[in-house]
Amino acid sequence: MNLPTSVIALLPEYVLTLTGVLIMLIEAVLKPGTSRKPLGWLAIAGTASTGFISWYQLRLGVLTAFSGNIQVDAFSIFFHLLIGAVVVATLLGSLDYFDGHASHAGEYFALVLFGAVGMMLMTCSTELLMVFIGLEISSISTYILAGFRKGHGTAVEASIKYFLLGSFATAFFLYGIALAYGATGSTSIAAIAAGLATSATPRMAFLGLAMMLVGLGFKVSAAPFHLWTPDVYQGAPAPVVGLMSTAPKAAAFAVLLRITFCGFPQMQTRWAMLMWGLAALSMTIGNLGALKQTDVKRMLAYSSIAHAGYLLAAFTAFPAAGISAACFYTAAYAAMNVGAFAVVTQVGGYKETLRSFKDYHGLAMRRPVLAALLAFFLLSLIGIPFTGGFFGKFYVFSAAIQAGNIWLAVIGLLNSGVACFYYLRLLSSVYTKPAETAPAPVDQTAKETGASLTATPTISIPAGIGLTLTAAATLLLGILPGNILHLANSASSSLRATSATTPSAASSVNSHSSLPPSGHSR
Amino acid sequence: MNIDHIILSLIVFVPLAGALVLTLLPDRGKTMQWAALAVTLLTFVLTLHLPFHYSYASHPGGFQFERNVPWIAAPAIHYHLGVDGLSMWLMVLTGLLAPLGVLISWRAIDQRKKLFYVLFLLQQVAMMGIFVSLDMFLYYAFWEMSLVPMTVLIATFGRSEKRRRAAIKYFLYAFIPSGLLLAAMLWLYAQTGTFDLPKLAALATQHAISPNAGALWIASLGFLLAFAVKVPVFPLHGWLVDAISEAPTAAVMVLAGKTALYSMLRFSFAIFPEQSHRVAPLMIALAAIGIVYGGLLALVQNDLKKLAAYSTLGQLSFIMLGIFTFTIAGLDGGIYQILNESLAGAAFFMLLGLLYERYGTYDMRQYGGLAQRLPWVATVFVLVTLSIIGLPILNSFVGEFLILSGSMQSPFAHHHLLTALAATGVILSAAYMLRMIQRVFYCELGPKPQAVAGWNLDAREHIALWPVVALFLAMGLCPSLWMRAIDSYGASMADHFAAIHATPPADPAALQTTSPQTTTGGARR
Repeated sequence: MNLPTSVIALLPEYVLTLTGVLIMLIEAVLKPGTSRKPLGWLAIAGTASTGFISWYQLRLGVLTAFSGNIQVDAFSIFFHLLIGAVVVATLLGSLDYFDGHASHAGEYFALVLFGAVGMMLMTCSTELLMVFIGLEISSISTYILAGFRKGHGTAVEASIKYFLLGSFATAFFLYGIALAYGATGSTSIAAIAAGLATSATPRMAFLGLAMMLVGLGFKVSAAPFHLWTPDVYQGAPAPVVGLMSTAPKAAAFAVLLRITFCGFPQMQTRWAMLMWGLAALSMTIGNLGALKQTDVKRMLAYSSIAHAGYLLAAFTAFPAAGISAACFYTAAYAAMNVGAFAVVTQVGGYKETLRSFKDYHGLAMRRPVLAALLAFFLLSLIGIPFTGGFFGKFYVFSAAIQAGNIWLAVIGLLNSGVACFYYLRLLSSVYTKPAETAPAPVDQTAKETGASLTATPTISIPAGIGLTLTAAATLLLGILPGNILHLANSASSSLRATSATTPSAASSVNSHSSLPPSGHSR
Repeated sequence: MNIDHIILSLIVFVPLAGALVLTLLPDRGKTMQWAALAVTLLTFVLTLHLPFHYSYASHPGGFQFERNVPWIAAPAIHYHLGVDGLSMWLMVLTGLLAPLGVLISWRAIDQRKKLFYVLFLLQQVAMMGIFVSLDMFLYYAFWEMSLVPMTVLIATFGRSEKRRRAAIKYFLYAFIPSGLLLAAMLWLYAQTGTFDLPKLAALATQHAISPNAGALWIASLGFLLAFAVKVPVFPLHGWLVDAISEAPTAAVMVLAGKTALYSMLRFSFAIFPEQSHRVAPLMIALAAIGIVYGGLLALVQNDLKKLAAYSTLGQLSFIMLGIFTFTIAGLDGGIYQILNESLAGAAFFMLLGLLYERYGTYDMRQYGGLAQRLPWVATVFVLVTLSIIGLPILNSFVGEFLILSGSMQSPFAHHHLLTALAATGVILSAAYMLRMIQRVFYCELGPKPQAVAGWNLDAREHIALWPVVALFLAMGLCPSLWMRAIDSYGASMADHFAAIHATPPADPAALQTTSPQTTTGGARR
């Protein structure tokens, strides 16, 4: 293939964008009543093809394009594949979600794809402004997706809240970039690392890093920046929550890994302490908050805060083990969380009338397969062996222990003890409590929607495929983690290779940079 | 292909495959029962391969039927299985109890049978996995996995409204210390770079795990705590009574004791010999207290299941007492008593389950005079009681005698006093068991038997109970059959301790006291 590097490097993004635009165009000419499922299949096909492209890129070695602003290496490909897989699973799960409820489902598919483009861009940019653009692309689509169920009060609240707070957070991120630029004279991650050594104002640079940490901490819902999470997760449509609790988080974690390990390696002890605090706080607040929830989606929201904490624990470990542990955990977390939300989607349906723990009573009797899958995902979230969650936790905490952060590991493991309490509470609702005499939900709205919801719903084929895929992924990550681990390790080593070659690469990168090179000589 | 290489994998994975088959079969009529029975019997037959092909000649303390292949490269995790004298009979016992559990649940579980038997088989997988794993990581995976089916069994099939609380209590009690176990395990890995038990044990013998004595001490406590909760040892028994009173019969039979005691012997003692030795006086004291405490509380219970729970606590404390003496007699007796306790406890719980199936209550005051109505139940019940009490010629006598004599010889402070205290447990157990027999089977006909027409043992129940009773007698009359394998472990473990104390940071007193016991222990048998 004789395509120029700039085409090959961003080919996944191009394909997704084109598919998204195509879907928008077709959506506009489709009659209101017709089914949007073909559009969904188109989106799935587009995403799947990006997966193959990324897989192909893996064999090309490191690709740099656009004056070194884009770098496609094993690290970014790992996250490309992960995001692609999450998107496919989400799309499969939501193919039938809008049937008969929303006439504009085509936009949904397009927005999901655009969001994915933004996330993928975040993972392969080595230039903070590019990262910011990716962040904005992905955020704006998720803001809209969060409010996609028009006419639901909670959906509107979710969207507005997410939008306002999210804008704040991205502003923080941008401010951080500005400060880092002021201190080091560049917004390129590699050049920042080089500039740090000679920077006259390292404190300002660190402040910049802390600001970026705030922005990304918001995206990954780490503890002091987590307040939006429960409300947004509760209001947003369940498949969207499954998507936005995993893919943007994975992207944000990827950026965080790149910025911290490649951009600020000299300050590792200092930001590791920050991460230590964030990790401990996120785990504790997330788990304690989840204890008292009665809404399944809110409970999962708090649990995702806690999981962000576990993941942050990997950042406190020295690079080798920390990066690959973080990558593996992201993958495991994505598999089980998307799966759990896919089950919630199936149980709740579009109107989400079945949402509290009480509504899950006796689920095992009514829908045994779905209940068993939910149980499996919850056990994985707890971290029971032979599931992906177990290995994820195992790698993260062993990395932390190897780095000498034994107390963080102890806090984390005790936290996972607390965590199992609320997961078990849901499990006990599903398995041990009898369903209410009538399987129909009691509240008024459900009765209005009629019998279609209450008459034993079956899992549609695409949703079934999606659930099977996520469950198989969770199981495989728990039994044969070798392949993913290998990929995570090569991701980690490619990232470390970038950071190791930083000083030599910095000058060339910086000279290509379109930004004023004034700070370079500092 | 030599079956010796795959026998352990077969034993672990046949129940798993069985569980998968069961999920696919329709839950109609007695399909589930027959399928589960077939799977468990097949597993039992497979476990019987072990004693028949066990090589007593090979060097004691070594593992047999080993299988060691790399599983995951990055943290060096191996799929390493193997058995020795300690685990072999425990596996056969676990194999035996499973079909009995199925037989006894035949009628008692009449709803959601598929869920019940699938979980039951998964529990079997986890327990077998615990007994065969020689890789710490693999072991830990099975250890954690064993929690889940049991928790769901208790939560779903418990008898009263309190079952969910009991289940969650059980899970949390076991899961949180397991976190400490994992932390300790990872620390060990960070120090040594291996999860392999034989390697770790060898390093421990050379005092080469870590120069940091404080950290080693904390890690050993992490191990010990995780296991002690699961046994349970005296002040950590909060979950036991609730879990036992709620859990269905087949689950109770395998609930407490053997896996945790085994883990203590296998991992705590092998990896932390010095630390175990140091903590032993405390554990012996707790064991002695547990014996008396369990016995006294059992004496005042009116609920049969609670009585059985406290009795279990007492019996398990006896075993703790034995193994923490670090004498050959104590170790052998302790391990033998694990088998006895599991068998006798299982029979006891089966009988209680039978009574509940007939009369729907565990309240002792509702019973009375059952011997007239159910002569066979009464007969077996009395036999089981005699075994629990420790009547000579029955199995528990051998175990308890060895434990007490081992504890009398132990090198720790106050051991005479504590042994004397523990010996009162024998009297207490006789007191509460006989009191119960009298209240339930003799006296006048109680209100329940008057109101409800029970039925005597049917063929299925006979089949479930008599093998156990026969084993009581066999294990009491010729313990050497079992002791041969157990002693190879006990002796090597005692040697191991002696070796630890012979090398530099040695304690001459321990060495002197162990060698005479070697001869006395051997002579007595």
